[in-house]
Parts: sequence; C-alpha cells; structure tokens
Amino acid sequence: MSADINITVVDREGTEHEFTVPTDMNLNLMEVCKGFELPVEGTCGGMAMCASCQVYVISDEHFGERNDDEEAMLDEAYFVQENSRLGCQIPITPELEGLKVALAPQAP
Amino acid sequence: MIKTDIIIIGAGPVGLFTVFEAGLMKLRCHLIDAIPQPGGQLAEIYPKKPIYDIPGYPTVLAGELVDNLMEQAAPFKPGFTLGERADSIEKQEDETFIVTTSKGTQHHAPVVMIAGGLGSFEPRKPLIDNIIDFEEKGVYYIVKDPDQFEGKDMVISGGGDSALDWAIYFAEKGSFVHLVHRSDRFRAHKDSVSRAYELAAAGKMEIHAFAEVKELNGENSLSSIEIHTKEEKKIISTDLWFPLFGLSPKLGPIGEWGLEIDKNAIVVDTFDYQTNRPGVFAIGDVNTYPGKLKLILCGFHEATLAVQTAYKIINPDKKFTLKYTTVQGVQGFEDEQTKETVNS
Repeated sequence: MSADINITVVDREGTEHEFTVPTDMNLNLMEVCKGFELPVEGTCGGMAMCASCQVYVISDEHFGERNDDEEAMLDEAYFVQENSRLGCQIPITPELEGLKVALAPQAP
Repeated sequence: MIKTDIIIIGAGPVGLFTVFEAGLMKLRCHLIDAIPQPGGQLAEIYPKKPIYDIPGYPTVLAGELVDNLMEQAAPFKPGFTLGERADSIEKQEDETFIVTTSKGTQHHAPVVMIAGGLGSFEPRKPLIDNIIDFEEKGVYYIVKDPDQFEGKDMVISGGGDSALDWAIYFAEKGSFVHLVHRSDRFRAHKDSVSRAYELAAAGKMEIHAFAEVKELNGENSLSSIEIHTKEEKKIISTDLWFPLFGLSPKLGPIGEWGLEIDKNAIVVDTFDYQTNRPGVFAIGDVNTYPGKLKLILCGFHEATLAVQTAYKIINPDKKFTLKYTTVQGVQGFEDEQTKETVNS
C-alpha cells in the first residue's frame, strides 16, 4: 500500500501550488500538472518528444536521472538548464515526497 | 481551383480514414497538409513506435498504420495538397467554402473537415534576436531544393535525423559542413552518426559538440556566425546556416477562423462533430467536447459520424441508407478527381 506524497509546483508567474498526489496510479509529473489545470500542454502525450512539460527541479535530491530520449529532446528544446527535466519522464513515486519544481517558460 | 466534396485539413490517420468513410457514401475528398508526406504526427514524429490500441491490431507501427490507411483510402482516389498550410477559409454566397493555402492553392467544396491534430508542424526556430533578418538570406529552417546548396560550405545545427542526414548529404556532395550540436549525443540513427564521424575524419566535416550558434552577422545576408562552446567563442565565416531542430506543432491560422476554441482545441457538437460554423467539422485530436479522449480510435468514430451530416449538406434531397461493407464491398471511383475547373 503506497501513500500519497506532497509536491510543489511553481507556475510561470512564480505562484506556488501544493498538491497531494497518489503514488499508486502510474502517474507522471506532466499528467499531475495537467490534472491540476496548470498550463502544461503535454503535446506529445508523454513520449518525450515535445518538451512542453519541461520543469526545473528545485529540490536537488529529487533530480533523479534523465533517460536517453529525454536527454535527446532536451538537447533541442528551449530554455534548458542544468536542472531541466521533462515532467512526463518523472514517474510519481514515494521517493518524491517533498518534490519541488518550477515550470520552464513556454516555448515560443 | 481544386473542386471536391470534402476538403480535409490534415492528412493524419483521422483525415485519411475520412476519405474511406466518405468514399463509401460516394463523396470525394481532397486533403491539405503542411508537411510534405501524409501521416501527420505518426509519420513525422513517431513512425517507428508501436501502437497497441487500434482495434484488431494487437500491435502496429505508426508508419505501418499510415501505409494501411493510405491503401484503404486509395480506391476513393483522394487528392492531396501537401507541403502547404491551410491558411484561410472563405464562405461563398452559396454556403460553400474556399480554402486557400500558404502557397495560394485554392480548394472549393461544400464541406470542410478539420482533422488538424496538434496543428501544423512548424520548424523550431532558435532564439536569436536578429534571426528574422536573415531568414531566406542565408538562414533556412528546411532544406528545399538542395541542388542550389551543393558544394557550398555551410553550418548545420541539430542532433536529429534531419540535421545528420543533410550534413552527410552535403559533405558527400563536396560541401565542407560544420555540424554544431548542443551535446555529444545525437538522436539521429546510429549509422548516420558513425558516417558523420567518418566524414569528419576524412576532413569533409567538422563536428562541434557542446556548441551552440549564438550570434549572426552580415550586412544584407548572412556572412558569419558565432558559436559558443563551453570553453570558447568562435566565429565561422559562412553564408549558409541550417538550424534543423525538428518541428513543433502550432494550431496556427485555424485559430483565426472564427471557430469556438477551448484550450487550443476546436469545440464541436458530439452529434456530428460540427463546429459553430455550419459545414465546418473538426475531428480527431484537434477537437474538444465533454469526455474527449485524444485517441486515434475516437477520431475514426468521429470521422464516420461527421460524414453522415456532410452527406446531407452535399445531397440535401437524398437519403443515405447505411450498408455494411460486407454486403456491398468497396466500390471505388474509376476516374480521378476533377483537378481543375473554371473558377466560376
């Protein structure tokens, strides 16, 4: 039985949103943001092919590891920083309790 | 002017299946798409990815599904205007529509089906302030007519298939190519990457890894670019730069067509997937309604219902009776569609 976790998402205006999210529903961070009606498009549906769900991971310990598809996409995306990740490639797991991310600016 | 019964905007899976369903009702279709090949995002973004939720196919590659849909539509001889974006729609006095593309091609029909998916695919443009001054004056986002660039020295940016394929193509045609990429990992096919390194070893290409083009210089057209690597800034004299960072979808001009839009999608009535403009339908990923799911299979359903109302608009005095394909088979059109008629 896995528990819910608390995460914080900072939107593009700097407002912090705190969410309690279940860890047993096979969700990823892009889906969570969309579910809570944050302005995340998730255009490609989670295939790491559009970077519209790019976030900056503020809580360093939760950065995790980028996968190959994600690295390749981020090589071509806009506004990429050291702590950039694609929300769709971050599964919501119990280890992410306290995760804090900021949405990257919208691509032009 | 191209005349047809139904103008379909978007040649993705849903647009292609519309041709089949319309064809069963003896309606002709013509498809318009901004990218030069049919298939939409299946062909453009993920042709090699398997899809598991097409009824009757435990698994099918996206590219194969497109091929199958083309084959299924073929008896109904659809017309295609590819590589041109549908830019404007004008309603005529007789309630028909003229849709004009970015290249000025005009299409005339009583019904318009927007199967535009995520929108039209536009090149991802680098964020450099003065880049617009050099567009088509040394900076090209898409390689059109490669003959004119063969043998010329150039800079190509990007790490995907398009960047690598063109870098190899031009290096093999005698150009010296600077390939600039933000990292040392290339998303392109492995064979292309090894070929690029071979060409670099042979002195026909220079690969600048962990580098980005940051500045463009020139009087009236491009004369040099500045690239920044982790350690240094370098100026490369060149009058040709191809930033090939892939394509990203934009709803684009359709957003200005007077259609009701909610969160980048066109609002439709689920009775027949008609928009707020009678005669204009929206099907597939481009539409929205309560309970909408962006799935190919839902788009197929939407297309099938939409053509029923299309039939009534096109044939107001006739009644169509549904017949199973098992009963009547598929009777295609024998002749090609009227390509050009006098503009009346």
